[in-house]
Amino acid sequence: MFLDICKKYPPTKDNLIYILHEIQDTHPQHYISEEAVQVISEYLAVPVNHIYGVLTFYSMYSTKPRGKYIIRLCESPPCYIKSSDIILRRLKSLLHVNVGETTKDGLFTLELCACLGVCGNAPVMMINDDVYGDLTEEKIDSIIDKLSEV
Amino acid sequence: MIKKVNIWLDGKHLEVPETMTIIEAADKYNVNIPRLCYHPDLPPTANCGVCVVEVAGNPTPKRACCTPVAEGMKIVTNSKLLRSYRKTLVEMILSHHDVVCPTCSANNKCELQTLANNMGVDPDTLPNIMHKAPIDATSPSIVRDVNKCIACGRCVTVCNDVQTVYALTFSDRGIESQITSAFGSGMANSACVNCGQCTVYCPTGALRENSDIDAVWDAVLDPLKHVIVQEAPAIRVSLAEEFGMELGTITVKKMYAALRKIGFDAVMDTNFTADLTILEEGTECVNKLKSGSKRPLITSCSPGWIKFMETYYPDLADCVSTAKSPMSMFGVLSKTYYAQEQNIDPANIVSVAIMPCIAKKFEARRPEMRDSGFQDTDYVLTTRELLRMIKEAGIDLKYVKEEDADETMSFYTGAGTIFGTTGGVMEAAIRSAYTLVTGEELEEIDITAVRGLEGVKEATIPVPGFGDLHVAVAHGLSNARLVMDRIREGLNTTGESPWHFVEIMACPGGCVGGGGQPYGNNMAMRARRGEGLYHEDRNLPIRKSHHNPEIKRIYERFLGEPNSPLAHRLLHTHYFKRSVNNGQVIEEATHKHH
Ligand code: SF4
Ligand code: SF4
Ligand code: SF4
Ligand code: FES
Repeated sequence: MFLDICKKYPPTKDNLIYILHEIQDTHPQHYISEEAVQVISEYLAVPVNHIYGVLTFYSMYSTKPRGKYIIRLCESPPCYIKSSDIILRRLKSLLHVNVGETTKDGLFTLELCACLGVCGNAPVMMINDDVYGDLTEEKIDSIIDKLSEV
Repeated sequence: MIKKVNIWLDGKHLEVPETMTIIEAADKYNVNIPRLCYHPDLPPTANCGVCVVEVAGNPTPKRACCTPVAEGMKIVTNSKLLRSYRKTLVEMILSHHDVVCPTCSANNKCELQTLANNMGVDPDTLPNIMHKAPIDATSPSIVRDVNKCIACGRCVTVCNDVQTVYALTFSDRGIESQITSAFGSGMANSACVNCGQCTVYCPTGALRENSDIDAVWDAVLDPLKHVIVQEAPAIRVSLAEEFGMELGTITVKKMYAALRKIGFDAVMDTNFTADLTILEEGTECVNKLKSGSKRPLITSCSPGWIKFMETYYPDLADCVSTAKSPMSMFGVLSKTYYAQEQNIDPANIVSVAIMPCIAKKFEARRPEMRDSGFQDTDYVLTTRELLRMIKEAGIDLKYVKEEDADETMSFYTGAGTIFGTTGGVMEAAIRSAYTLVTGEELEEIDITAVRGLEGVKEATIPVPGFGDLHVAVAHGLSNARLVMDRIREGLNTTGESPWHFVEIMACPGGCVGGGGQPYGNNMAMRARRGEGLYHEDRNLPIRKSHHNPEIKRIYERFLGEPNSPLAHRLLHTHYFKRSVNNGQVIEEATHKHH
């Protein structure tokens, strides 16, 4: 199935990041496995160590399995001024994880990210493709609650 | 003609080729610009920023290693500003560094240590905030200690561009950036072929051999063990410079004496089995030529090359000579022939090899290298490890009185000694193969076309009764690739290889440039060592392997004749196909014939 994704793109090196993106996005655990890298390596004729270098250079890729929901809390100054640290503490205690970790049930991964460009609504976070702004501790509780139910 | 430009370096007017960088121009005129990542053999990575210089008309300093000279350029290499820049950089590096110089393998050779010392860096300026990461010692050959890595990138360049092995990479970025194998699998589970070139080019002690010094001392100091030692051709030409003698001086008899002083029970010589290799491989080559085979014969003595071939060219494994390397031939004979001759129980023999190579540690542990019924070669020490042992024993090689080696398995010819340099195996083989084919002696035995540091060398030798013998020599694995690709293409299209006989060595320059050679190495030094070996060859009474009387003797008393069934059982091997992802064996590529 990794190969099927590869084959959507012509086998040239400049397609590497697109292939990585699609493989990560379509994986239920939102990550790029060693096996996937080996398939890409053969398809593009790019050594595995180069792909690993690219993979770890960009923070958007993960080499470890992640949760169904990836929470990315903005750690830039505008959000920090609006107490993103309190939000972070709330998320950590609610989910029992540290930054970079995934909850035991495999539902949530907690990450930090750079400015999301919606500073007007600071503090801000994204969960998968959705943006959540004007965060408070109460809001966090209800968002997590709702997502946990489904 | 390359155009020249006028520059002013610290006020001094110079005319230099316009293709040079500032640091190259400075090096040429002995102006020392501090540096950490730049190395003259490698393209600049421009990672460290230590080489900054002031160039008139520029508001900020420029990196000398990646800034080309230009007409009228005025360069200042030292100033208050530059000193403070450099000092800050070195202080920052040291604050993330496991500073343990006295016990570090790079002590006294480390470029970071030297620079910090020269600049009078005060370690108290910045506190050490290093988080100690685990050391990767998974490989029998190579140890990677990221706590001493300064992220200069030389190893990544060497592994990917010079050797095209693709084992090392940078992972992450910024301050977290470090060198690693893919997925942090450990060197033993990577494509690494153990060539060790990254260890020689590393400016610090972050990459080094997996040391066997303690095990060897234990054996040497054990009265119940009979510990014997062999030394590769390149060792005799690589010790002198460490004891204040001229680079490239042959110190073979001092080397024997030092090994006896250390306590080895018998001191013999790999050069002897280099001569034996010529007889075995030469016979194999001649049989192949006579059979009219269109497939070439490729040499097999370089273990880095062998693992590379198994990983990237397993389809051509049948073209590689089945002859074991001189080291492994020695190992197996030390526990069979030698044990028998000396009436010693092979179980009590500890067979040690001194090699310029760290891949030999991997080779010695290969399961195939147990044809004596034991691990044929127990321990392999690099040149660097031997130097440490000599120094620990308090021996100053310069003043050691020369001694001869023991009588068995040590006599060698000029052909055996040039095995240590690129082109040497080919030259040695031609000197004997000619006789094996024609029954006559080759008169002009200096085959200069295969000497020197050209990446790929080709020659044609007319052999009466056979025709033109086409040969090629490659050193450094990117050059090996060029040759192997042409062979593969030839075989796949016309069914013919462009050459009959090919020599490949994994390390640039051959064994004299091996991954176990002293730190602070460069191509010019490798060339000087190679010349040292040719010099020894010229002065030896016998210069062809088939004239070695001890070789005749071992065939008469033990092996029978070259490629005999016993020779095949003990002195030949077979190869595997390996994964490009992790270097592990997938299946047999050739079979051992009995
Ligand atoms: S790498 Fe250099 S600076 Fe670091 S401990 Fe070793 S000798 Fe000292
Ligand atoms: S030993 Fe050779 S192959 Fe292995 S990492 Fe170093 S340069 Fe690469
Ligand atoms: S391991 Fe050595 S050569 Fe490689 S980046 Fe680190 S310091 Fe440089
Ligand atoms: S030597 Fe120029 S940047 Fe390192």
